[in-house]
Amino acid sequence: MHRRGVGAGAIAKKKLAEMSKQLDMFKTNLEEFASKHKQEIRKNPEFRVQFQDMCATIGVDPLASGKGFWSEMLGVGDFYYELGVQIIEVCLALKHRNGGLITLEELHQQVLKGRGKFAQDVSQDDLIRAIKKLKALGTGFGIIPVGGTYLIQSVPAELNMDHTVVLQLAEKNGYVTVSEIKASLKWETERARQVLEHLLKEGLAWLDLQAPGEAHYWLPALFTDLYSQEITAEEAREALP
Amino acid sequence: MDRFVWTSGLLEINETLVIQQRGVRIYDGEEKIKFDAGTLLLSTHRLIWRDQKNHECCMAILLSQIVFIEEQAAGIGKSAKIVVHLHPAPPNKEPGPFQSSKNSYIKLSFKEHGQIEFYRRLSEEMTQRRWENMPVSQSLQTNRGPQPGRIRAVGIVGIERKLEEKRKETDKNISEAKEMVELSKSIANKIKDKQGDITEDETIRFKSYLLSMGIANPVTRETYGSGTQYHMQLAKQLAGILQVPLEERGGIMSLTEVYCLVNRARGMELLSPEDLVNACKMLEALKLPLRLRVFDSGVMVIELQSHKEEEMVASALETVSEKGSLTSEEFAKLVGMSVLLAKERLLLAEKMGHLCRDDSVEGLRFYPNLFMTQS
Repeated sequence: MHRRGVGAGAIAKKKLAEMSKQLDMFKTNLEEFASKHKQEIRKNPEFRVQFQDMCATIGVDPLASGKGFWSEMLGVGDFYYELGVQIIEVCLALKHRNGGLITLEELHQQVLKGRGKFAQDVSQDDLIRAIKKLKALGTGFGIIPVGGTYLIQSVPAELNMDHTVVLQLAEKNGYVTVSEIKASLKWETERARQVLEHLLKEGLAWLDLQAPGEAHYWLPALFTDLYSQEITAEEAREALP
Repeated sequence: MDRFVWTSGLLEINETLVIQQRGVRIYDGEEKIKFDAGTLLLSTHRLIWRDQKNHECCMAILLSQIVFIEEQAAGIGKSAKIVVHLHPAPPNKEPGPFQSSKNSYIKLSFKEHGQIEFYRRLSEEMTQRRWENMPVSQSLQTNRGPQPGRIRAVGIVGIERKLEEKRKETDKNISEAKEMVELSKSIANKIKDKQGDITEDETIRFKSYLLSMGIANPVTRETYGSGTQYHMQLAKQLAGILQVPLEERGGIMSLTEVYCLVNRARGMELLSPEDLVNACKMLEALKLPLRLRVFDSGVMVIELQSHKEEEMVASALETVSEKGSLTSEEFAKLVGMSVLLAKERLLLAEKMGHLCRDDSVEGLRFYPNLFMTQS
């Protein structure tokens, strides 16, 4: 019994030593890799995507920690963590208007504006990755697929499948009606009404009783063309208490 | 050795010297030949060798003829060498020292040292392939056939090769990382099954390896959760940084606010969201004056230890009673808090039975719970 314990323990310790050695070698090789490709990772969104996808397939998250090798040597970390800060600021600044729901396009536009002319290029894929990381902070960041794009949720409002589906329906015109829901989704009136009321309550939808025909439920997150209010980076920062 | 061509040794326009080294001997494959003492020059386009005793004897090969290079370390009585593997000589090549050779590689022996630096520079030139971007005179390109079409192909092939190389390097990188992932899994299993004596220290060390590699940590110990030394230090730092901001904000801040505040202050070497969460999870265990709190909704905040949210609830009740009823937004504005935290406080007050809600399309409104106060 005692011998068995020692044997298994020795193997584990040996493996740990082996890992330490492999880690050193890996670090050296990564430094070499970084010296050649660091600039490109910073400048080229496509390379970033490829790189991240490869890491994902083997179970390595280069963005997990600022202290990771990937972050320290390739500089990927700072790029995404700073992006996270910028995303938070934009969402906070616009929350009063859209209730905490924003299209990926609008978020992209506003973030680029805030970063200024000389900053590195940021792709929508970059934003999505940064947002996925922000989920760890517990304050309700979510990514909802609608139409061909995504809605980014930045408040902890509870949105279930029903709500999401109605948001997707609203994407076409920026608003949705009870009749439309009943026709497209084949729901009962009551179900449609409940969902719309929830969206109103959460501040994600606005009620328009003066629309022709029946009441229109507008999603401010979706109609930015009609309503392009510019916020500056300063305003965004001040939105944080 | 039949790839070399005689040359004047003069550099062309657009051709730049990169490095040169005296005391270099050339081997044809493994055979020593008469070119035993010369100066080796590396340019952006060619490798040139000039005899030290007879300067008229000067020959060169194009870098584009090189397939790949290897280093051969020095030994006892042997100088360090670079092995250069070459493409076959083209049929219309200019005359050189050898008409034919059975070897497709040569060796450069550095008898007066300098091999390491030369190898480094040669590797760099091989990677950058500057000769593709800098056109030189006809004489350097004779063995390439019809000019314009060929150059274009070289350009595209050059780019493709570069991409391929990049892909190969990334692949190599990733496959090394993959090995580590596998190894780490087996170590983690051993730790989990408590097989053998892995000490607390070794576990902490292991976790720091996982952290460096970005491998998800399946091992949690009671004392420090998934934290590592790094997170412990970070926790202590945070306690220092956040004391004043917390006091300014009534003793409580959401983790999102903390993330922005800390990273804006750092400017570089930013924290990942996970770093922040892992560090905050250790605050209580390390007996620091702040703590992490998770509300039912999942919202995470940092509070001063001295902050008693439950006591704040009592004052919240007073505020709501004064006004009759309040929404989160109204309350936030009155008290000077973020809407997020205002909502959490009101929800907590409701949980404790002090407030009750009126949930309508007009929003969520809180009233004093008269059932409690007037029973």
